[in-house]
This record gives sequence, C-alpha cells and structure tokens, in this order.
Amino acid sequence: MRATTLDNGLKVLVQEEHTAPLASVWCWYKVGSKDERPGLTGVSHWVEHMNFKGTTNIPRDQVKGIIEQYGGSWNGYTWIDQTTYLETATRDALDRMLFIESERMANCLYHPDDCESERTVIISELQGGENDPDQLLDQEVTATAFKAHPYQHPTIGWLPDLKAMTRDDLYGYYRRYYVPNNATLVIVGDVDTDEALRRVEHYFGGIQPGRDLERLRTVEPDQTGERHLTIRKEGTTAYLKVAFHAPSATDDRFVPIVILDAVLAGAKGLNLWSSFRTAPPQRSARLYRALVERGLASSVSGSIVPTQQPFLYTVSVTATDGTSLTSVEAATLEELDRVRQDGITDTELAKAKAQLKARLVFDNDSVTNIAHQLGYFETIASVDVFTALPSRIAAVTCEAVADAARSLLAPSNRTVGWFEPLPIGNGSGKSEVGSTKSEVRSLKSEV
Amino acid sequence: MNPTPPIQTSDFVLQTSTRRGLNPARAVLDNGVVLLAKHTTTTPAVSINLAIRAGSACDPPDAPGTTWLLSRVIDRGTAKRSAADIAEALDSRGITITIAVTRQLFSLVCTCLAEDFEAVLALLGEIVITPSLPDREIETRKGEVITAIRQDDDNPAVRASESLMALLYPDGHPYGRRTKGSIEVVETLTRDRLLHLHDQRFAPTELSAAIVGDVNPSHVHDVAAGVFGRWQNAAPPPITLPPVRHATRRQRLVIPMMNKAQADIAYGFTTITRRDPDYYAFWLMNNAFGQYSIGGRLGDSIRERQGMAYYVSSSLDANVAEGPLVIRAGVSPANVDRAVASIDEEITRLITEGLTPKELDESRRYLIGSIPRALETNAAIASFLQIAEFFGLGLDYDVRLPDLLGAVTLDQANAAARRALHPERATIVIAGPYADVESDNRLIG
Repeated sequence: MRATTLDNGLKVLVQEEHTAPLASVWCWYKVGSKDERPGLTGVSHWVEHMNFKGTTNIPRDQVKGIIEQYGGSWNGYTWIDQTTYLETATRDALDRMLFIESERMANCLYHPDDCESERTVIISELQGGENDPDQLLDQEVTATAFKAHPYQHPTIGWLPDLKAMTRDDLYGYYRRYYVPNNATLVIVGDVDTDEALRRVEHYFGGIQPGRDLERLRTVEPDQTGERHLTIRKEGTTAYLKVAFHAPSATDDRFVPIVILDAVLAGAKGLNLWSSFRTAPPQRSARLYRALVERGLASSVSGSIVPTQQPFLYTVSVTATDGTSLTSVEAATLEELDRVRQDGITDTELAKAKAQLKARLVFDNDSVTNIAHQLGYFETIASVDVFTALPSRIAAVTCEAVADAARSLLAPSNRTVGWFEPLPIGNGSGKSEVGSTKSEVRSLKSEV
Repeated sequence: MNPTPPIQTSDFVLQTSTRRGLNPARAVLDNGVVLLAKHTTTTPAVSINLAIRAGSACDPPDAPGTTWLLSRVIDRGTAKRSAADIAEALDSRGITITIAVTRQLFSLVCTCLAEDFEAVLALLGEIVITPSLPDREIETRKGEVITAIRQDDDNPAVRASESLMALLYPDGHPYGRRTKGSIEVVETLTRDRLLHLHDQRFAPTELSAAIVGDVNPSHVHDVAAGVFGRWQNAAPPPITLPPVRHATRRQRLVIPMMNKAQADIAYGFTTITRRDPDYYAFWLMNNAFGQYSIGGRLGDSIRERQGMAYYVSSSLDANVAEGPLVIRAGVSPANVDRAVASIDEEITRLITEGLTPKELDESRRYLIGSIPRALETNAAIASFLQIAEFFGLGLDYDVRLPDLLGAVTLDQANAAARRALHPERATIVIAGPYADVESDNRLIG
C-alpha cells in the first residue's frame, strides 16, 4: 500500500490487488454524528443523502448511470465518527469514480426542492428503524449510557430536528466538513499506483483546503452507578441489552476486549461494512452456552466496534418465547461477573485468537472490503492501527484480558435495558420508557 | 427441477469447459453426488456450498416448517460427534455454518481457512449424511424457532411478504407456505418426523457440492470422494408442484399493526419459471423497472421525485414453478395510498408505453458489466455455480451470460412486462399502522 498526502491535505491510500479486474474507490470524511450540535442531530447523515443529488458538473438527472455503465455499485454510510462514499466497478471506471468523488467534495448543489424531498425519505428511514424493537432498545440504551458525549444521539437524528432543519443548515455543514484536509481517499484494486495517483492529483489537486476544524471536546465522565431502563411497548418478543463504556480503538485495552468478546459471544471480525453478514462462531462461547443452550434465549451477540473515542461494549439478547427478562438478565450478568472474577483460560485465548485470525482473512475477500478497512481505520485513528491488528492480537495475554474484563464489566459501568412487550391490540402503539432519555444507534445508515 | 445430466467420470480435470471464464471443474461420483470446483488465490480460504434438493417444497403438506426445524437441528450432532464436539470443531477454526432453506434447496454454506478444508468438509459430510438429531437439541431449537416466528409476527416487512406469497400461491401451494411454519405445527414435530424427512429427501443424487478457493480441484475431488463417495440412499421421487394459478383480479389485504411507525407494502404477481425462454427479457425488464441504480423507475418516482420511501424496489424470483415478481416499499402510513397509486401508474406506463431503448441498454450494460463484481469472492462464485447446476445452465454459463442478455430485444422486454404486470391483476398487502375499508381481509384467515 502506498500512502501520500496532496498539498491541499487530502490523504490518499492506494493498494494494488490484481485478483479481479475491479477497482474500489472510497472517499472518507472525518465527520459523523458525534460532530453534531443539539438541534442539528442527523445532519451528517442527511448531508450524506444530499451528496448524491447532483453537482455543478453532474446534472441531477445524470447522477445515476455513470457507475452502472461499468457494472458498478455505489453507496455511502454515516456513523458516529465518519461519513463515507464508495464505488466499486470494473477497473476502467477508475477515472469516473475519481471524478464523482471530486465533484462530491467540492460541487454539490443542495437544491431546496431536493432538500425537502429528502426530508421525508430520511423520516421514512427513521420510522423503518423504529419498527424494530431491538433497534429501538439499542438507541435508548446508548442514550442512557452517555450523559454528555455526543455519541449519545442517533446517527439518523431526532425526529424534531429532522423536521426543523433547513437547507442552509445542511449546506453550511457540507461546506465546513467536506474539504480535502478532512478526507481520505482510498483506491484498491487492479490499478497502477503511479497512474492512479496522477489521476487523483488531476481531479483533487485543485480543490482548496478548508480552515482547521474545531472539534467538540466533550469527554464522557466516568459512570458512577448502574443505569437501568425499560421500554414497554406492544410487541411479541422480549429483548435485553447490557452496555458498558469501552475504550477507543487505540487504547491498549481495546484488543484484549475484542478477545474477551470472542470468548463471551464469538469473534465477529472488525469490519463494520461486512463482518455482520456472517454470524460469529459462537456455539462454545460462554454467553451462548449460558443463554441459548439453556433455552433462555434464541440469540445472543456481543459488539465492540473500533471507534475514535470511547464508545460501548454491548451484549444483546433475545429472550425465548415465555422466558422472563429477569431470568435472562440474571443469567447474563452471572456469566459476565464470572469472567470478571476469574478471567479466561489459555484454551479460550488460543481459540479466540484462531477465530480472529480466520475472520481477518474472511473480512478481506474483496477489493471493496479491503478498501473499507484501510479508510475506516485511517478515519477513526490511523491505517497503522489496522495493519497492527494481527500483532496486537497475537500479543494479548490472559492477564491482559482479565485486567480489561475487571474494569470493563464493573456493575457501576453498565447500563441495562429491557424491551418488555405488551400484548398487541390492548393499547396504543406508543412506547413507554421507564427511565431517562432515548436515542438511536443506527450502526450503519446506508443511503 | 432440471439438473444437468450427470457425466459419469472420474477424470475431474477433463470435465472443465474449454472456454475462458470461471472454467469450473465438474464431476459426478458414482453415487450421483455432483462436485463443482474452482481454484482461486484471492485469500488463503475456501468456500464450501453444499446444496441438497430438499427445500421447503418437501415439507409434508400437514406440517409446513418441518424442513426449517431440520435445518436448525441437523448440525447439532452426528453418528460420531456430539453437539459440543461440533461446536468445538467449528469455533476453534473460526467457522460458522450457515444453513439456509429455500423453496427448492437445503444449503449448508461456510468459509474456512484453506488449511482447514479437509477437516471441515469431513465434518459437513457427517452432518449431511448421518445427523443424530438428539431430542434435547430438538427441544432447544424448537424454542428458538417459535421465538423467531413470534418475531416475524411483529415485523411488518415479513408479514407483508409472507402474506403476499400466501395470496399468490393459495390452497397449500409450497411457495405460499411460511418456511418456518406455525407455532402449532412446530410444537408437534418429533425426532422421528425429522429423521423420516431426512431419510426420504437426503440422498447422494440430490447433493451438489461447490468448492471454491485456494485448493486444487483434483484435491477437492479426492477429498470429496472420500467424504461422500460411499454414501448410499435411494433417490427420492421428484418433487411435484401444483400448477400456479395466475391472478385474474386485483386483491388487497391490510394487516393493521398499530404498534409500528412505518407501513410495508408488498405488491406482486406470479410470473415465469427460470427455464422459460423469456427469462432474460424478464430479468432486464425487472432491472429497468425496479432495480437499476436506486430502484429503477420505481425508485425514480417514489423515492427520488416524491420522497415517499427510503426503500422501494422490485425483485424477480423465477424458479422451478412460476415465481413471483414482488415490489416492496416502506412508507409512512399517510403515504400508503399515494405509494400504491404510484406503483399502479408506473406499471400502467410500463405496459402501455414500454421501456425506452436507452433504459434497456443501460440495464443491459449494467448487468453484463456487473458479472466480474458478482463473481469476485469465493462464496459468490460457489453460489453462482450452484444456481447454474440446479437450473442446468452449463459450466460456461458465466461466459454465455453476456450474449444471453445481449440478445434480448426491446420488444421482448416490453412483451415480458405486458405478460406479467397489470394493476387489475395485482395482489397487494399492506402491513403496518394503517387501516382501510377497501381491504378484503377474508383473503387470509
């Protein structure tokens, strides 16, 4: 992989992969929902949507079709730390992909009619998410776990903010953050690095850098006691979530917690774009055995995602029909307390490392996935964090995992959320939240 | 089903196509097991895709969901290994077996490191041939299935899709039944019933194994022959599907789910079989109508111009029987009527004015151009090979596909639209926080 930075501050990563006649281009911006101020929640994601609606040199009605004519796909997503756009197509489309991304960086239109039309699309996306009780609970738990940090609010935004936001809000945000010195361009595929860099300079070299961005500096204060919330709403199934404040990707405790999660719920890999598409190997994992094998739950999962600032480690459980949340919570906390008290065994450590070794291979099976990983880590920290993962995993000891478990899984560091279903047809569709505030954590908001 | 005629040979290499393209190796073991292999070096990994012609269409008529429960239990013990042994074998290698049940196929799919290939294929072979189906495992998995059914009952998208299929394929047609079955049926299923189904439908003649990755095809042949070569079980009778009756009038069903925020619309028709000569015309027509870019014409109208939905698209599932073309959209309850009217308008415009030459050309270029991307990963290649095998499309299908799409004329694509689509014959299901008086709620009990 070759890394370089243009004079205007644009970071460029190019990796040649000649296994298929394809190229994948991703343009990453260091802006996500954590950068949003009160009243503008959801603006990062809405801006992402607007950046598919035509530019000075790509008329609105010609946006679709450019990449498709090369058999390509395109998309984008927004999350708490980042916004990104991608195209993957045959290698001869590289020039068009770079042209599109340079236009997106500098020349998007934000026609008022398009802003209005997209408002209802995004509200529809939000409502679709609310249809899922598990997602509803996730947003409430995340909002409850954070008192101060903007990781608290949903990537998709709060409905009142989405109803009130203006075209000027969107365009101002776009102009502030969509500058080369806040972006990373990643190219992976059947390309020649020198030629690719020449084309990057051609398309991006003339874009003026923006002024230095002032970042929010809020640090979440230490949690001092367990928080608990219950959503009571019509539904059929009970869900439990237990969330713990967890370290950022660069923290020494991060990889031991990835190992800990593998022991508890099976290794997922670390690719936000693709890891979730395959279930983790978890049948011998502690939480699976304690909950699913005992018939208390139909599913259990753990989630530790690399983030720029400290986020959450979350355990999610779906109770089997007829099982009380009290029983599910008790069994879950018992397992978590056990690993906190006793740590993990050498056998478990070896198995977790083997799982992660395999998942890192599986997560890099396409130019799209490779490009995602390079850009993702460069955006939240540094691409070096990604390339160092195998050695960091190999270096983890049982003691490191035990240390991490002791601080991570402390009762005072956890937020417990219940979704308790009410009989359908006996009340209104409105939910009743039994504690504190609420939020959405939409893991990925694809356009 | 029309599988490719078996070629009795032990010379795996000679069975490869001589044209460029994927050029997979194919062989048939003496007992009828089909092997498909492709060597790639993208990653040091191997994808294994085992497909048995034992999908939910094989469910006993009085017990829909039997195949699904079998799929949840089949990998929880074999004649030689306990569930815990299997769990350890999988987890220690970082492997997950994904077991899927479609109308026609029962599939076991996984990706492993190349160094684990032999051990993993041996394990998969045991699971397919000698599952022990322990009672304790059946009881535990029943609880999971029942919970999943309850989750589906609370999911407007699932409710709309499943109800649409029940309306399009009524009177117990296998395509109209819920794959997971009902709670009442699942509760009654026994080990004997699952074993009987396995014994009846799992046979070497019904299995094709696609293996793609960093392993030599001749080695694949040797390993697979060792795993599957001695398997004997009588070939089951062919699955007979009742004829599909195409709707002759418009039907509309509303499933009120007032605890939800958004309504899901499923709007569909029965269409054609996968082997229908017009398949490629249907494929292109559907791409232009409801897929190209963000949802084709439907996306242009309902999402881009009217801003009514986050998602709207159409999908074509031509199958052994005449499969459905389904349009799906998620909209605010206030926009349900407008969205349905817009779908009606787009269908009317399509069948009266047709696609433009530009639209057809764009979809054609997209579908042909996307072939390398669709065949980039080991898992995707394995899946493609299984589809080609199941429908008898040939080893060189990837090479011929551009010509097949290239040969479709504008008249053929427009004729496909007129043949399949008409608002007056549409079946529509709306599930969500919406209620109206037009719905014929007698359609589904």
